[in-house]
This record gives sequence, C-alpha cells and structure tokens, in this order.
Amino acid sequence: MISLENIGKTYSTGKVSVEALRGVSLTIKERDMIAIMGPSGSGKSTLMNIIGCLDVPTSGSYRINGTEVATLTEDELAEVRSKNIGFVFQNFNLLPKLTALQNVELPMLLAGVNRAKRTKRAVELLTIVGLGDRLDHRPYELSGGQQQRVAIARALANKPHTILADEPTGALDSRSGEEIMEVFNHLNKEGLTIVLITHEGYIAEYANRVIHIKDGQIEHIEQLQHKHRHVIEKER
Amino acid sequence: MQLLETILIALRSLTGNRMRSALTMLGVVIGVAAVIAMIAIGQGANKQVTSSIQGLGTNLLMVSPGQAMQGGVRQGAGSLTTLTVDDANAIKEQVAGVSGVAAEVSTDANVVFANMNTGTSIIGTVPEYASVRNSNVAWGRFITEEEVRDSSMVAVVGSEVLTNLGAQGNILGNRILVNRIPFTVIGTLQSKGSSGPFSQDDQIIIPISTAMSRLTGSKSVRTINIAVKSEADMDQVSASVTDLLRTRHRLAQNADDDFTIRNQAEIMNTLSSITGVFTILLGGIASISLLVGGIGIMNIMLVSVTERTKEIGILKALGAKRHQILNQFMIESMALSGLGGIIGVVIGIAGSYIMQQVFQFQTVVAVSSVMLAFSFSLLVGIFFGVYPALKASRLHPIEALRFE
Repeated sequence: MISLENIGKTYSTGKVSVEALRGVSLTIKERDMIAIMGPSGSGKSTLMNIIGCLDVPTSGSYRINGTEVATLTEDELAEVRSKNIGFVFQNFNLLPKLTALQNVELPMLLAGVNRAKRTKRAVELLTIVGLGDRLDHRPYELSGGQQQRVAIARALANKPHTILADEPTGALDSRSGEEIMEVFNHLNKEGLTIVLITHEGYIAEYANRVIHIKDGQIEHIEQLQHKHRHVIEKER
Repeated sequence: MQLLETILIALRSLTGNRMRSALTMLGVVIGVAAVIAMIAIGQGANKQVTSSIQGLGTNLLMVSPGQAMQGGVRQGAGSLTTLTVDDANAIKEQVAGVSGVAAEVSTDANVVFANMNTGTSIIGTVPEYASVRNSNVAWGRFITEEEVRDSSMVAVVGSEVLTNLGAQGNILGNRILVNRIPFTVIGTLQSKGSSGPFSQDDQIIIPISTAMSRLTGSKSVRTINIAVKSEADMDQVSASVTDLLRTRHRLAQNADDDFTIRNQAEIMNTLSSITGVFTILLGGIASISLLVGGIGIMNIMLVSVTERTKEIGILKALGAKRHQILNQFMIESMALSGLGGIIGVVIGIAGSYIMQQVFQFQTVVAVSSVMLAFSFSLLVGIFFGVYPALKASRLHPIEALRFE
C-alpha cells in the first residue's frame, strides 16, 4: 500500500525555484496496476522519483506500508528501495560489462544475499522471463526486448511488492513492447503492484487506472473497466 | 556486501581497463622501487665507510702536523713539518695505555715490475706499523728493525698494487723499481677488502729511514699512528699525547697546537651520521616520486568516477548504500597502489642487486625499508583514494542516472 498525501516538490536552482509537484495525493493499493500519464514537464518523472524513493518530497507525507518515507536519510531510502521497489527503465540501464545473470544478481549482492541463493534465484527469474538460455550473454548480445526482460528479472530480484516502470516500452518496437506489457500483466496477476509511467495511450490501457498529470497536479483519474478486453481481442 | 566480493568486483573493473590500470600503477611502482633502491645505496655507502674504518682499527689515534698560518690564512692539515721520529719514540716511552706507536711518511711514486707499471702510495714506516694498523702479511714477511736501522732497500707490496702489476706470490725476492730506485720485495699484504680512493690495499711499505733518505728527502713525519690498549682510554691517551707534544715543541701556554690528533672512533661516528643523513635525503627524494604516483591514482580515480556516474546511479537505484559505493572505489585505488607496491618492491630489490653486480656499488636492502616503502604506498592509495570515493558515494541517484 502506497499513499501520497499532498506531496509538493520544489527545485531551486540559484534564485529561480520551480514547483514540479503541487499537492499530489494518491493511494495505490496492493495488486493494483496504474499508469501515470502526462506531457513532458508535467511532473510525472518527479512523481516517479518520489514514489521510487530516489528523491524525497519538499512537503507532504509519503507512506509505504505505513512507513513514513519523506523524512528518511539517503541510506535509509536505499534500504527502502532495495526491499520494496523494483525499477524498470526506458533504456534498460543494465551494466554493460556484466552478464545477464550477474546483472540480475546485482541487487541481491547489494542486499548481502549469499552467492548460492543469489545465483539460484537469478536463474529462476531469467527462466521465468524466458531467457533461461541466455544467462551468460552480455547486454549488447541481446535484443532490446530481451534486455528489458533482463531488467524486469533484475527488478524482481529482492522480491519487491511494487514494480516501477518508467516508459518501459519507449525504446522498443511495438511487438517487443506488447510482449513486455504482457510480462507486466502476468506479474500483476501474480500479486505485484505495478506503476507505469508513460505517454503512450495503448500502454496505459493495460492499467486499471490512469492518473493524468499536468502542471504538477493530478488533472483527473480515469478508471478503465475494459482492462482485459485488449488482451482477449489479441488472443483471438 | 561481503568484502571478498567487493574486492572481486573492484579487480574486475580494473582489469576491464588494463592499459590505464597498468600506467596508473607504474607511478607507484617507480616510487616504491626508487625508495627501496635509494635507501639500499645509502645504507651500502654507510656499510662501506664503516668497514673501511674498522679495517684500520677503531682503537687508533693518528697524530698529524698542524696547520700553518700564512698571513692569517690557515693552511691545510699537514702543511707544517713539526713531527719527528723522536716525537714518536717519546710517545711510546712516556704515555701510558699505548700498545704501539708507528711513525709514517708517505709519498706517491711510480712503480715498475717487469714490463708493468703503476702509480701508488709509498709508506715509509717501522715494523710496529703492522700491528698498529692491522696490516697482515699474506706472503713473505714485514720489514724488520734491522732493515729500518740499515735503510735497506726492501718493500712489502699491497694486494691492489700486486694486481695492478700483474704479479702474485712469485714477486717475492724480485726487484721492483720505485721512482727508478730498485727495491727487493720481501712480502705482500693481505687485502683489507676496501676499495675506491681511500683504499688501504693500494700501497707499498718500505723502512721509514729508506723513505726519508731516498724518496721524501725530509726528516719530518707525516703521521704518528698510536694504537691504544683499550678503546675506553682513547680520550685520556689523546690528552696525554697532546701534553707531551706541547712540552716537546715548547709551545707557549696560549699558543695553538702545532699538530692534530684524529680519533678513529670519532671519525667513524661522524661518517656514519653523514651517510645516515645521505640515506634519509635519498629516501626522501624518492618518496616524492611515490607521492606523485599517488596523485596519478587520484587523477585516474576521478576520471573513473565521472565515467561511471551512470553505473553509480544504477547501483544506487538498485539499493546500494553510500558506504558500499565508497568501499568499492577505495578498494580499487588500494588495489592499484598495493599491487604497484608489490611490483615496486620486487623491482627495487632486483635493481639494488643489479647495481651491486654491474657498478660494484655496495647496496644493502633492509627489511625495514621494504616494509616502509610498501606501507607508504598503501597509505598513498588510501589517502588519494578517499576524495574520488567520497565524490562517487555522494552522487545523487537521480542526477547520476540522468548522466549520459
């Protein structure tokens, strides 16, 4: 359960200060799948950074499972990220010198999981995303879609309850993009909370709710009843 | 994150940039090797000086004529001709605690044997010289009282002269020409193992009477060597000799001594402290290069932090804490300096050995200097690694992630 109350974020560069977020309140229940949409400069990246505990709000309250995050130190935020949130980025952000397996092991290494457990879980996760036969490939030996699968496996490594995906299909062709969205759909059914940040309508359609952001505020929230229609149509 | 794994990751990152890592290490390698080699040279010089003085005997007092005053300008030691053989005899008879006295005169001369020739020092002295100066005969015998009384034309040849003349024991009984004057060789001296301009092996010993009449043409003595029974009595004997010589030379109460007494033990202490300073100086200069090597490490680590900003951002997003990033970069710079240090130790020791073999320059590699240089290199790695590592650990995750 993620709850934001009246979140404000102001960036000040010298004398000019920019209000990126102005009083955003939002609750994301467990097993929910939401999409945050908005034009560039709307504040959706800032919102994602705050939800992802990469940054703290200047005002308001942010709770993850009841824990107040807004006042944590950098190291405490790192701990929260490590345990609760898995990131999937637009440009994958895999470490180019590491193999797929090593990339997936990395969050567990940072969390202090021992080698045997780490490798076992990384192999399981890569098998789940369909890359069981690509364990020792380096990112440049994989297609964009495959790299994003590795990134998803990495996001799942420390068993987070929430996956935060920032334009996860932005660097992929539409076919690979749809495949990746299917993976998210599947993970959501398995019980994970999914937060998508996107500016593409068809991606947002996978979500139960679409949060439209404009000028640092929530413009409106769209409930999607037809969530699975898209999927079912495709299967026909 | 376990230490071992952090080290493995650091090494993987260093081997990913082999050429750069090697060049960065080179600075430390040269620094450590230079420190070890320079200290080895300094300590080698110290050992050489000490052993050549010990070859003379540390219980030795050497009296030489004082400095003449000429128009208010003090001339060099030995420029006066005030010491005589009688002074030597008086010291032997009247000063307590003396085990032997040997007056000596010396001059440089050209020596010919068969078709070989060499330049060397000719020492005119008495039989006691052998015991006073620790000069032992290798073949044949030393000069005798009779030969001194008779001004015999006999010579005892030093080992280096022997080599220079291309001769060995077979020279015994043969003639050599000293400044064209024929001498019969009656003995050769054992080597004292010292070399260089102060070699005590590059000399020929003849009776003092012969030297005065045939070579120097003067009654004055260059040095009176006094062996003291016990090293503890050196100062006391030195004072007695001063009193005796002042009386004999009829010096007024306020007049300066017209002779100088050198104490072998003091000279040794002085020279070792000089070579000690020399060692510190050489080591100090070499450490500067080690310091420069450290700055090289900092430079490369800063470049590395900038290059890997994105990587640091990703690690932070995946839950890396500050100290984990800090450790990783610290270990990288310590691995660079530590590995450089080990290679430097090997090269430094090998270099010292090669210098000794090739240049006949005595070197002494002390364990303490190796430990010092190596631990200094590690310290340099830590010191110059801290700033880049702190910089990396303090990067803001969002800004680091945005970095392209």
